[in-house]
Amino acid sequence: MNSPIRRLAAVITLLFASLFISVTYIQVVAAKELEDHPRNLRTIAKERSRERGQILAGTKVIANSKAVEDSAYPFLREYPNGQMYAPVTGYYALLSGTYGLENAENSYLSGTADELFLRSLTTMLTGEQPKGASVETTIVPAAQKAAWDALGDQRGAAVALDPKTGDILAMVSKPSYNPNKLSTHDTTASRDERARLNADELEPLINRSIAQLYPPGSTFKIVTAAAALSNGDYAPDSENNIDGSTTITLPQTTATISNSGMHACGDGSPTLLEAFADSCNTTFARMAMDLGQDIMQEQAAKFGFGQELTVPQTVAKSSFAEGELNEPQLAQSGIGQYEVRTTPLQVAMLSAGVANDGVVMRPNLVKRIFSADGKTVSERSPEELSEAVTSDVADQLTEMMTATVREGTATNAQISGIEVAGKTGTAQNQPGENPHAWFTAFAPADDPQVAVAVVVERGGNAGSEASGGRVAAPIAKAVMEAVIK
Amino acid sequence: MAAARSAAPRTGRNMEALLIVVAIGLAIGAYAMVGLAVNDALPPGMLGYGAGLGALALVLHLVVRKFAPYADPTLLPLAMLLNGLGLVMIHRVDLALGKGFLGSAAFKQLLWTTLAVVAATVIIVWLRDHRQLSRYTYSAMAGGLVLLLLPLVPFLGRTVNGARIWIFIGPFSFQPSEIAKILLTIFFAGYLVTARDSLSLAGRKVLWMQLPRAKDLGPLLTAWGVTLAVLVFERDLGTSLLFFGLFIGLLYIATERVSWVVLGMGLFLGGAFVATQLFSHVQGRVNYWLHPFREDMIDSSTQIVQGIFGMASGGLIGTGLGEGSPYGTTLSYSQSDMIFAALGEELGLAGLFAILLAFALIVERGLRTGIAARDGFGKLFATGLALSMALQVFVVVGGITRVIPLTGLTLPFMAAGGSSLLANWMIIAILLRISDSSRRPPTASEGPLFDLPFDELPDELKNDPEFQEDRRRLGGQENEPNSQGIPVGHSRASEDQHYRSADTEHGWDDQPGLDEPEWDNRPRTGGHQLGQNTRRRPDAPDYDQESAVNR
Repeated sequence: MNSPIRRLAAVITLLFASLFISVTYIQVVAAKELEDHPRNLRTIAKERSRERGQILAGTKVIANSKAVEDSAYPFLREYPNGQMYAPVTGYYALLSGTYGLENAENSYLSGTADELFLRSLTTMLTGEQPKGASVETTIVPAAQKAAWDALGDQRGAAVALDPKTGDILAMVSKPSYNPNKLSTHDTTASRDERARLNADELEPLINRSIAQLYPPGSTFKIVTAAAALSNGDYAPDSENNIDGSTTITLPQTTATISNSGMHACGDGSPTLLEAFADSCNTTFARMAMDLGQDIMQEQAAKFGFGQELTVPQTVAKSSFAEGELNEPQLAQSGIGQYEVRTTPLQVAMLSAGVANDGVVMRPNLVKRIFSADGKTVSERSPEELSEAVTSDVADQLTEMMTATVREGTATNAQISGIEVAGKTGTAQNQPGENPHAWFTAFAPADDPQVAVAVVVERGGNAGSEASGGRVAAPIAKAVMEAVIK
Repeated sequence: MAAARSAAPRTGRNMEALLIVVAIGLAIGAYAMVGLAVNDALPPGMLGYGAGLGALALVLHLVVRKFAPYADPTLLPLAMLLNGLGLVMIHRVDLALGKGFLGSAAFKQLLWTTLAVVAATVIIVWLRDHRQLSRYTYSAMAGGLVLLLLPLVPFLGRTVNGARIWIFIGPFSFQPSEIAKILLTIFFAGYLVTARDSLSLAGRKVLWMQLPRAKDLGPLLTAWGVTLAVLVFERDLGTSLLFFGLFIGLLYIATERVSWVVLGMGLFLGGAFVATQLFSHVQGRVNYWLHPFREDMIDSSTQIVQGIFGMASGGLIGTGLGEGSPYGTTLSYSQSDMIFAALGEELGLAGLFAILLAFALIVERGLRTGIAARDGFGKLFATGLALSMALQVFVVVGGITRVIPLTGLTLPFMAAGGSSLLANWMIIAILLRISDSSRRPPTASEGPLFDLPFDELPDELKNDPEFQEDRRRLGGQENEPNSQGIPVGHSRASEDQHYRSADTEHGWDDQPGLDEPEWDNRPRTGGHQLGQNTRRRPDAPDYDQESAVNR
């Protein structure tokens, strides 16, 4: 009977081996992931027993840890103006994890970042956990409030950039949510709120300004125009290669593209500037076909399409096309339809690139991180993302965009005493749904301080009557005024 | 050989005493660390705790020294170590929960430890030969089955944590499957040692396997039915896995037929699968096992999730005793079902490896005892006890670490719980007893064959030229040293001594002679190295029966 006992011993060895492996997996391999799990009560308790760093917009505190008594944990996370700043701060929920800056900068805010440890000799010697560092954002509270108020109860997003630095000055998404209701120490309330938000069809948890992809409609004509001016025989005041017809029939199909209102572009033989200011679909559809997919795609990429971006929240990748386009598809893409998808941030980067002499700056939300004793831990300096167009082409585009605001589709964005450059968009959505209203602009045109993009989903309050100029331009105007004044 | 001759037979008792000192030292050290961590001072009860544990260990050691001097010397210290560390962890959670001394779980556990040590003492003193137990084969079966199914009796059994494996009588609770484990091992061993011949007869051949005969399937089907009943009605996969695994394992060892194992595993897996499909509560347990972190599960799978989070927070070296939070909302049942997770949090991967190794060593010593046992019943019995310990550790730790679904069984020696302590100390006592009898050198009365008058030797041996050569060399020339320097014409007692020292010259370690004591299987005319073949005991009481059994 001894040899079967030996074989049994081998089987038992395997059983024990499986235990050694599973214990190693839990305690070593998966330990970090398990510790970061949002339902890990140990981590929750540990983090909430320390003061978490603040999040600031300028000097205004938009996320704060308050010492509370008679609560499950010593520190409660609070968000003054929570709804308005939710796309910036994100949330620090009791059981459903962290999101937004609270997530992206968690190691600094919670004080676990290595730099914070090494900075302080006492913490190094005692092993004591340092207090969380604070994050100063690039948000300008006045601009944020202007965008928030101007969007009103409409669904959509507004982003404002400093074209020279890439700093995000405003980032609003509607509908929003109240992060205070998620960070509460009331387990049930937090969980129920999370479930309610998850179930909400309007998806309030999504930060529409960077995480939602929309068809950009005519705002994309900035890219088409940029490609034309950079690569072909085009000029703002020239009628060369400009198709001014009311309707064009797309090659190999019976499908057509027409101008809005079914009228000819300008006098039928417009200049590029006139076609741009009037947002003529036929002109730019033809132009895209003439330029070809490669040139169009390359130009879009120079503005940031297809780039991995983090601000530090991850930005959804904007894209020009998913694959090879045939001519009709290319024509559609030239006016920002078909498969062209962009985030509002990317549309703002179009204006910002033009405003900054053709150079697109890397967008960024965090200006500075400083430790509890006030010392700067990290500070960000402006970074170039890419050169979208030459300085000359940027000037030409500026000229066309100012004409659009001065006498074209975007007169609603005019600011007295300041020249504004902009482009409207009215993006066809799914059939039967009202179009998204777009507007992107920068101002002042001669010394740009702000570039902005606004999208109002499904026409907002104007419904089927919506157009970018009517619905979105006034919002952009409000934001620009707030920054400039 | 001369040196070996003069050495006293090594029993390993001094080694055992030394190891016990180490084990108790570790436990007291752990106790001190808890006090330092929680109250910043050495705990006042430290001396009392150490003295109590030490006294229990001393009693057991002395009893073993007196009544089972050749017993395996590592079993006792290992069990003591695990028991001591378990007590420390229970005490640590008591402190965190603010329990007073008398109302504490640690105090209760210490009482149970005392009782368990008394039970172990009684077994070692009273059970002089483990073969006595084989007489109670069928009573053990009846008792075991009754105990196993007792929790199903209305009003007596109660569902704790989803599993109905406890009985409650007044203020006392008991997990009868723990004792059933021993009784059924007696039954399996006793039954299989007699039934193995017929069970190992081959039936039809399917694929590469010789299937057993259909009419021999009865016992397997019975065991299968009972275990499935346990799974479905007591809702505990662990218990059913333990008993079925025990039965299949012993069946295989008795018959050496893999077909039994394949058949049994197939039946069990099939049955368990059908049970999961048919019974929602079984399915629930499987789901908590497979997807404990899923949003819709995490509120129900709290227990397993808490344990995993706790172990994860311990990491490689743990938070240190008294520095984690293995209690309250972060870990429930941390003194009983989840004590392994609590230990993992505070002692880390290093601590858990040490604990698992201690268990593995107990199992290994148990299996070795089985290998060394000189009778079929003893082999099956010792192996079964070791296997049951291994399966229980696997089921409990595997449940906590998500190798298998979580069960209501408790970690031997460590988890708070009287029934478990009692049963596992009894297992240690029985293993000590069996190992004593297998390692004990032959006594004078069953002295070596070599000493028999030549006429009484079996003919085949008498005619063996090799044997005759040996005999001539050693005993043929009266009173003269032989070539090996061993005086000849020595007394029978000194001859005994000689064999004994040869027998034990490797101490209690592995040694071919000890390892393979199936002397009764060897050809009687085999090599005649002194102290090997001559270790036969022609007058041992059940020699014939054993050899028949062991063939």
